[in-house]
Amino acid sequence: MQTVPTPLRDIAKVVRSKNAGPFEITLDIVFKNRADFDAVKQSGVITKELVSELYNVPTQAIITFGFFELVNAVKITLPRPRPQGGIGETDMHAAQQHVPLQEIRVPWPAP
Amino acid sequence: MAVASNDEIRILTPSGMLGYGFPVDHFKMGLALKPHAITIDSGSTDSGPQKLGLGEMTCSREAYVKDIEVLLEGQRAGKVPLLSSSAGGDGTNLHVDVFRDIIVEIAQRRGWRFKLAKIYSDVDKAHIAKELKAGRIEPLGPVPPLDPREIEAATVVVAQIGAEPFVKALDESEGVDVIVSGRAYDPSPTAAMAIRAGFDPALAWHMGKIMECGALCAEPVGRNVMGWLRRDHFEIEPLNPAERCTTASVAAHTLYEKTHPFLLAGPGGTLDLSHCTYEQVTDRRVRVSGSRFEPAKPYTVKLEGAKTSGYRSIFIAGARDPIFIAQIDEILAKVLAATRAYFKEVPEETYRIIPHLYGKNGVMGELEPVKTPAHELCIIVEVAAATQSLATAICGKARTALMHSPYPGRIATAGNLASPFTPLEIPLGQACEFNVYHLMKVDSPTALFPIQVEEIA
Repeated sequence: MQTVPTPLRDIAKVVRSKNAGPFEITLDIVFKNRADFDAVKQSGVITKELVSELYNVPTQAIITFGFFELVNAVKITLPRPRPQGGIGETDMHAAQQHVPLQEIRVPWPAP
Repeated sequence: MAVASNDEIRILTPSGMLGYGFPVDHFKMGLALKPHAITIDSGSTDSGPQKLGLGEMTCSREAYVKDIEVLLEGQRAGKVPLLSSSAGGDGTNLHVDVFRDIIVEIAQRRGWRFKLAKIYSDVDKAHIAKELKAGRIEPLGPVPPLDPREIEAATVVVAQIGAEPFVKALDESEGVDVIVSGRAYDPSPTAAMAIRAGFDPALAWHMGKIMECGALCAEPVGRNVMGWLRRDHFEIEPLNPAERCTTASVAAHTLYEKTHPFLLAGPGGTLDLSHCTYEQVTDRRVRVSGSRFEPAKPYTVKLEGAKTSGYRSIFIAGARDPIFIAQIDEILAKVLAATRAYFKEVPEETYRIIPHLYGKNGVMGELEPVKTPAHELCIIVEVAAATQSLATAICGKARTALMHSPYPGRIATAGNLASPFTPLEIPLGQACEFNVYHLMKVDSPTALFPIQVEEIA
């Protein structure tokens, strides 16, 4: 089957970021169904190393990283660059830190 | 009051956040299903440290009055206890008393009587310092170890209430109508009702975990939600007929704002959802089973505290000139160095100047992968200093320096910035910072949390 590099924003149902408490950011990629989840997982594109590169955070600092099939989702939790709401804050709720994930491209069947 | 049978306990949660409002007709539909308790949380650290740091509340007092009046009306109509947690958002003693005063006000105005139990959660700083010395306090997640100076600096420190203090309050005050609690783990009121009636703590915590967000587990997301907890499962359904719970929406709910999708640590243990089964019972109702709970030994509670960290002022300005934008980092470095030199009598470590460059990396800061700036920038310069007037003075110097700074290739010699607002420098008041976010071992799950019962007439 012919595939084209397709961004996750065209594949996933949800790509979002949010605080998980004042010291962590958590990122969720939720797929529409098991088939899409499996296909993205098997592509091998989404790895701890990729997250480390996209968010400029060492792999050993990543708190949670995993494909969770019960919820057809990838979950990633990172330390916050600074405690929530303090001096120098850029995103109080960490609600807009998801964009690098939605731009990840995986090989996908050509439309 | 409906008594939970051996087979089922029913809980009604009208909203994920007391103070945000909720549809009253759906709440009444829930009351018609004869719940054994109404539970509602108002806690969150999500809108920032200024609540703990400065004693602010998440919502306005007026918003709390509106919601509490509807809840009390439901409590009376259904003769069902109302359990509310994390008063005011941070759950300090101060805000438990604000909620208590609101209830008194409404009771007097409407001629109602209530038996009220209050559970307080402020923790004595000397006690925390003693426990720290005894090695009984650890960081929670990516947080530095607790420094005794930070305990002192915190405006107030609260501990999260588990299920046990709610059980105790229900046991000790026969026929209690309303419980107002300080900072609680959000699922605690629901879990306490079920655990007290003898149901499986794992199912009790899991149902509580879902219901504390109201009908956020539904599609589309909503407010009022009803839970039925039985011996080996629970069921969950939104009260708005236009919403439905699906196996996917309920299973995925525990992703939201959580570190891990299946392992949820709380007071006294960890909920493990990795072996759960989700079944569609009707097109709007989901049955959940297989939740597990691993008790923590020893029992730990989460401490939360925040301190004030000086005063802030900002200026907001736009930039449109591509010659300027292309050199923004170099220009700013020069301007900030000049500002620091001008204030050379102020010790460097006592103030901070932080530029936010929207159109470049204003949202993501150091995490931003895109390096090319947009055709226009919004520049916000944040200054934090020991006093408001000093913060504003430094901010003003930085603004005028940036406005008039020469730079290579400059042909717009009248000014570099487009200023939308006066005052040009905007004082923001005190800044706050979370500085306690730690786990403390305790011998008793209830000892930290005093309970007071009063009759309100």
